[in-house]
Amino acid sequence: MLKELNRHKALYVLTLPAMLLLLVFSYFPMAGIIIAFKDFNLSTGIFQSSWANPIYENFQYFFTSSSWVRVTRNTILLNLLFIAVGTIVNVGLAIMFNEIRSVWFKRLSQSLTLLPYFISWIVVGVFAYNLLSYEHGMVNETMAGWGMDKVDWYSKPEAWPILIAIIFIWKSVGYNSIIYLATLMGIDNTLYESARIDGATKIQQIRYITLPLLRPTVVVLTLLAVGHIMNSDFGMFYALVGDNSQLYSTVDVIDTFVFRSLRGSGDMGMAAAANFYQSVLAFALVYFCNRIARKYESDSALF
Amino acid sequence: MSRTRSVNWGQSVLNLIVALFALFCIIPFIIILSSSMTKEMDILTGGYNLIPKTVDFSAYQYLFQRMNVVLNGYKVTTFVTIAGTFGSLAVTAMVAYPIALRRLKYRRVISGYVLLTLLFNGGMVPWYIICVKYLNLHNSLAALILPALVNGFNVFLMRNYFSTIPEELQESAKMDGAGEMRILWSVVLPLSAPVFASVGLFVALSYWNDWWLGLMLIDKAELQPLQLLLRTIVSNVDYLANSSVLSTSVDQMMPREGIKMAATIITIGPIIFLYPFLQKYFVKGLMMGAIKG
Repeated sequence: MLKELNRHKALYVLTLPAMLLLLVFSYFPMAGIIIAFKDFNLSTGIFQSSWANPIYENFQYFFTSSSWVRVTRNTILLNLLFIAVGTIVNVGLAIMFNEIRSVWFKRLSQSLTLLPYFISWIVVGVFAYNLLSYEHGMVNETMAGWGMDKVDWYSKPEAWPILIAIIFIWKSVGYNSIIYLATLMGIDNTLYESARIDGATKIQQIRYITLPLLRPTVVVLTLLAVGHIMNSDFGMFYALVGDNSQLYSTVDVIDTFVFRSLRGSGDMGMAAAANFYQSVLAFALVYFCNRIARKYESDSALF
Repeated sequence: MSRTRSVNWGQSVLNLIVALFALFCIIPFIIILSSSMTKEMDILTGGYNLIPKTVDFSAYQYLFQRMNVVLNGYKVTTFVTIAGTFGSLAVTAMVAYPIALRRLKYRRVISGYVLLTLLFNGGMVPWYIICVKYLNLHNSLAALILPALVNGFNVFLMRNYFSTIPEELQESAKMDGAGEMRILWSVVLPLSAPVFASVGLFVALSYWNDWWLGLMLIDKAELQPLQLLLRTIVSNVDYLANSSVLSTSVDQMMPREGIKMAATIITIGPIIFLYPFLQKYFVKGLMMGAIKG
């Protein structure tokens, strides 16, 4: 081993900065999840703080609060909604892009749908405010113009799963459809030609050639997304919902809950317990989804 | 005859659907732009609109008079983006190159080490404690750069690119007496411009748009990145009035709604401006990543 390290010393040394950064910012936090079992105190640090008494004290606290059911349910249901609707729209748009014959129109429309991916969630939050605010929002003004009553969206929790799903798709569809488009462009053109000679219509070609060939990509990407169901896009929820507690019943997720406990109320025990709960569930899900993905398509899985 | 017509029909419907979808994607941008140029009175009476009733730049004027605040956010974000992008490209290439080489025995161990960080994470609580308590990153410029310097996804993107460069090229350079560093610098790097452009773009974009690091680790106003500053302005327009030398009390005449929109335009301005040039490399990089893994 030393011989190998010595022979390629320069190459191994090159990897050190990245290895060190990952150690500090990824591996240390992994080890740090044990603070869920500690009576944590910021001044004494993770490892020096004494163990909680009883050892599951923080979890007792977390699981007896009414929040944990709510945030777990919201996290899972919202992410499933995003995956389901997202996949349909992404695949649909990719197929449509693939069928467009005018090159300039294809390029232009692709550029326009990708644009939202380039801005931050904070900016998207302002966009949402601009459209949905009660006093001046475009949506309300338009509804008022049609003689409908104005809706105070920011105090209507039941509307938000749909609203967030729309916003999520608005921001990510350009990006995700490119990934599917990459697969579509790899399809052998002769397949379509022979189908056309046999008299297949466009719809039939999509139904019997495009979709089946796209299936492995869809399955694998969906599995990987399901693996990350426990981890929500914190930025999206924080920028769109923020501290608006009126909306918590439907769109408060584990990440926002952990953040509030950590930075808002400073409730370290609660934050640590919720954090541990999330990390362990996420670990199990990622692991199993990757196992399934590997079975399905051996070179597409991450491990 | 009827056949060609039906095909054209299909194309027109398709184009129409895609055009509507593209419109759906950019309309919010247009509304924001138009709102930022609308007279405050019009917003207050008629709400935000797709086309300004009366074009009026007083929101921008107001912002430019208090330019020091916005300028400071720009300074922080520009520095972080430039330093972060160059730093990240260097560190990422340095780990991606060795693990792309078949002659390196432990490359799989290192790949696995990087891969694991993509799959699992300890969550925000221990991460926060480590940054604040052990690394002293609280309220420092480094807090906005260091934690995001290495990203496993980019490492693998670069590795995949490097592994397409034939190792025979390197072998022949070695025979001419070049060391590993020399090979990397003058054989591999000149061939790798496309992957550097794409990864550099991914990284620069994420630094420019980042506010998570600032939200977690920065409390000082003068270190606020641009995105967080926008959030501060939108949630509290009076922040601008108070932090300005021009007015001591809250300005009654300030175009509050217009300012929020103008500040948004100023924040996304550089990206929108550069977008036509950046987009191509971005899509190329994405395709590179998508096909490989």
